[in-house]
Amino acid sequence: MEFLRPATWDEALAAKAEHPTALPISGGTDVMVEMNFDVHRPSALLDLNRITELTEWSITDGVVRLGAAVPYSRIIDELSEPLPGLARAAHTVGSPQIRNRGGVGGNLGGASPAGDAHPALLAAGRDVYVEACSVRGTRLIPIDEFYVGVKRNSLEKDELIRSVFIPVADGPQQFSKIGTRNAMVIAVCAFGFALHPKNHTVGTGIGSAAPTPRRAVEAEQYLQGVLEERGLWESGDLLGTEVIQKFGELVKAAASPIDDVRGTADYRRHSLAVMARRTLTWTWNDYSKQIRSAA
Amino acid sequence: MSARTIQGQKNLQDITTGSPHGIGGSPLRPDGTLKVKGEFAYSSDMWHEDMLWGMALRSPHPRANILSVDISEALKTPGVYAVLTHEDIPGSKYYGLEIQDQPALAIDKVRYHGEAIALVAADHPETARRAVKKIKVEYEVLTPITTEEQALNPEVHGYVHEPHEYKSHGSGNICHSQKLVYGKGVTDEVKALADVVVKGEYEVGMQDQAFLGPESGLAVPAEDGGIDLYVATQWLHVDRQQMAPVLGLPEEKVRLTLAGVGGAFGGREDLSMQIHASLLAQRTGKPVKIVYARDESFFGHVHRHPAKMSYEHGATRDGKLVYSDVRLVLDGGAYASASPAVVGNAASLGNGPYNIPNVRMEAIALYTNNPSCGAMRGFGAVQACFGYETQMDRLAAELGMDPVELRQLNAMSEGDYLPTGQQIDSPAPVAELLRRVKDMPLPPPLDLTNLDIRELPGALSNTSHGEGIVRGIGYSVGIKNVGFSEGFDDYSTARVRLEVIGGEPVAMVHTAMAEVGQGGVTVHAQIARTELGVEQVTIHPANTEVGSAGSTSASRQTYMTGGAVKLAAEAVKYALIEKGRKRYGWAQNDLNLVGGKVVSESAGVLVPMVDLLGDEAIDLTREHHHRPTEAFDKETGQGFGHVQYTFCANRAVVDVDVELGLVKVVELTAAQDVGKALNPLSVVGQIQGGCTQALGLAVMEEIIVKDGKVRNASFTDYLIPTILDVPPIPVDVLELPDPNAPYGLRGVGEAPTVSATPSIVAAIRQATGIALNRIPVRPEHLTGTL
Repeated sequence: MEFLRPATWDEALAAKAEHPTALPISGGTDVMVEMNFDVHRPSALLDLNRITELTEWSITDGVVRLGAAVPYSRIIDELSEPLPGLARAAHTVGSPQIRNRGGVGGNLGGASPAGDAHPALLAAGRDVYVEACSVRGTRLIPIDEFYVGVKRNSLEKDELIRSVFIPVADGPQQFSKIGTRNAMVIAVCAFGFALHPKNHTVGTGIGSAAPTPRRAVEAEQYLQGVLEERGLWESGDLLGTEVIQKFGELVKAAASPIDDVRGTADYRRHSLAVMARRTLTWTWNDYSKQIRSAA
Repeated sequence: MSARTIQGQKNLQDITTGSPHGIGGSPLRPDGTLKVKGEFAYSSDMWHEDMLWGMALRSPHPRANILSVDISEALKTPGVYAVLTHEDIPGSKYYGLEIQDQPALAIDKVRYHGEAIALVAADHPETARRAVKKIKVEYEVLTPITTEEQALNPEVHGYVHEPHEYKSHGSGNICHSQKLVYGKGVTDEVKALADVVVKGEYEVGMQDQAFLGPESGLAVPAEDGGIDLYVATQWLHVDRQQMAPVLGLPEEKVRLTLAGVGGAFGGREDLSMQIHASLLAQRTGKPVKIVYARDESFFGHVHRHPAKMSYEHGATRDGKLVYSDVRLVLDGGAYASASPAVVGNAASLGNGPYNIPNVRMEAIALYTNNPSCGAMRGFGAVQACFGYETQMDRLAAELGMDPVELRQLNAMSEGDYLPTGQQIDSPAPVAELLRRVKDMPLPPPLDLTNLDIRELPGALSNTSHGEGIVRGIGYSVGIKNVGFSEGFDDYSTARVRLEVIGGEPVAMVHTAMAEVGQGGVTVHAQIARTELGVEQVTIHPANTEVGSAGSTSASRQTYMTGGAVKLAAEAVKYALIEKGRKRYGWAQNDLNLVGGKVVSESAGVLVPMVDLLGDEAIDLTREHHHRPTEAFDKETGQGFGHVQYTFCANRAVVDVDVELGLVKVVELTAAQDVGKALNPLSVVGQIQGGCTQALGLAVMEEIIVKDGKVRNASFTDYLIPTILDVPPIPVDVLELPDPNAPYGLRGVGEAPTVSATPSIVAAIRQATGIALNRIPVRPEHLTGTL
């Protein structure tokens, strides 16, 4: 196995072009575990740890550019305000040691349906983009087009993930995850939810309950419709149990989970409905408070 | 984090030296700081110049005939020194703890998923891994025998071991069975005496010991043609006894030294890599190291027997138990391991610490093509405790009684008889232990106005901000034996040497006891200090140069090897005093060793030990045997089968998110009689650890096996409790001495693992109103989504 250690981003892109089967590695919290279990024996590893800009973030015009290797612990410490949903998801990733090493780039590169970042990224809205780079240039892949199959994404063989663009939150965001113990657990299923008052939309993301992370499109549309028709964005009035219930059912219907060692498909559907109801309730309560305190 | 009280009778408690590091004190473990800092050398850390790495090829099928094995490509791999199959074994091809039914390498067939077929030794682990992949095995895959129904109908489904190759005492696919009849058994006449009958079917999943240090060791070929093996194990001498015939060597040429052990819990009672590394070392003439990867570890050791249990209890209207009718079916998997002894425990302890005048019981272990099961902390008593304690709760509900009062009403105490006919001849404070856990203050109710979500089910996974949370409380009590049973003389040996080093009297304790984390090395030094009146004690590395110490299991090491150290130290003490009598003509009968001096109670200090010893060392070895026991009668289960009993009671307080089926154990209280706490800090640690392992079984720990295949051989999917799952565990320690035991002590390590699981499940049941007849309890059970 070759071990490639580029010093700069340009060298990394050149190396990836030259070795398209090389597996990028940064924190190694996923790649090393899978190698240990003999899941992968890649022809080459492409070590990105020398490329410091991957561990940087910035905010420009209300959009966070999050370096692919910014570790989860720093997302929690430094980005809880602009990215509350992702920060909550980051809290649920592995152990402190794993949060110190792992970042969103690895979640996206692995594209496992159980990756904790995905539901939060989907919920953050349709203007989330993965910055994919190669020697041929850079493209911004909309998050809705990124996940294409079980552990498959839409990157080309010569592309590396440079960063993710995520709009700064303009409303409350939540993230919930089910695990059968109270820490350090892979998601049985997960749900991300966000209110976007500026453009009167809501965002959802379902994890571990379909071949890919996915959005509950009908649930989003239903809720957006209700909020609009009833003028709730302006009033912040109560949603009512019927709306919350229906939203939960639509989220549940959006999933297509399987039975596996971590949980049954039935339980995943059931718990998604519960998490959808609860996260909607929490976010809407927070939003109502903001509206009322502004009034 | 936890309250602790030490209470009990006087006299035996007062055996302490002036030294705070003698017995009754809590000196710290010698290995504690090293382990916390990551500096302790575990067996996987060993290295030898010129050493090779061993690796096994394991079967992907639970049941198959091996049509051919082609090692030629593997052998050609550069860096490979040897590839072995069963044909290369110089001696006997089979081994086993109780029944030699397991081939060291598969012969013509495989009986479980992960069975070793061939071995490779190479100069690098990666080379070994590649070579293993080049071994070509042609299988005829067969339908595995995985259920009770299949196992008990061999004419339809076949045999795990063909009848002509049977080595166990069972027949069909039954590895071992034990029946028991007590009182009048269960007859119509007996049944007519019961006003209330409660029946239940219960199931226990396959728990793993989940030790963190994978199986590992280093085999070094010696000049005399023997093998020196450095290994993490639980019993050096029984490893040797099983290894030598396979290696074709006399036992004295197989020398074992204990390497750093990263946890055991029963999972290192059977051999893992010992024979494999030694065979490769014999063949190559080079040192061979084997370290299992985590997934291989799940295939490389036995697990706790999964159980299907049927319980029927009859009682009078006022709550007195009249009879019990019990059948326990344990899945022993492909090879016998410790199944016969586990069955003996299940049958003899499976009615719990209760007086039941009439009992009918049958316990069996099956042979199947599931993973082999054997020893794990609690050893046959764990599964049954979930059954009988659930029954007690159901009976209490049926009678409208308080569940603790019902237990106390039927609790056994000293002088009572077990269903084996054995009288309990030392304290058995079952009712008192229950009273103590019930009387402990309850944790405060959940404060929804000031929530810390880390305290809730789901914790930082952020599933609840108080929604759906219901609290429940449950109680349980359990019984466990200490030491090996059924006529087995599991003696221990200790050698103690006293000499002057650097102007100070120094004791050295040498045993073959496996320190697996239980703290035996700490306690041995405490005993030597107390008996010899010295401060400086060194612990010799454990090896086979000294006689057997028996197994570090069955809660027995402090009792048995601790007892041997006491005997040897006493012998050294008497030898030294005798030397003094000869030299100085002392006539007093009140001599003792205290503070480095020979002291007479009446005449005061006589002489410093240093002066008396001079250049001479006193070096004596003693064996400690427990009182003899006897085998259980095959049909009636009667017999003086166990050495000692130990009891623990628990109260669990849980919060359940009833909508999501997630559980947070809020507090888990334990009360246990330990006879005498030789090291109170270690005692509390053992009880808290035992409770934690029981918590794991209650709510998360299970090896999932489907069609004979293990589905979760990793710590990603085999979950054990984290610090956010383990609640405060207040421990109330009773010290009621057992007159038969050294210092009056009672084995500690297993009782809480037996008793705590049902209290947690009872608490979840109270919170949810769901029957919960299977453990571990999964969120699916609590939400109707299984």
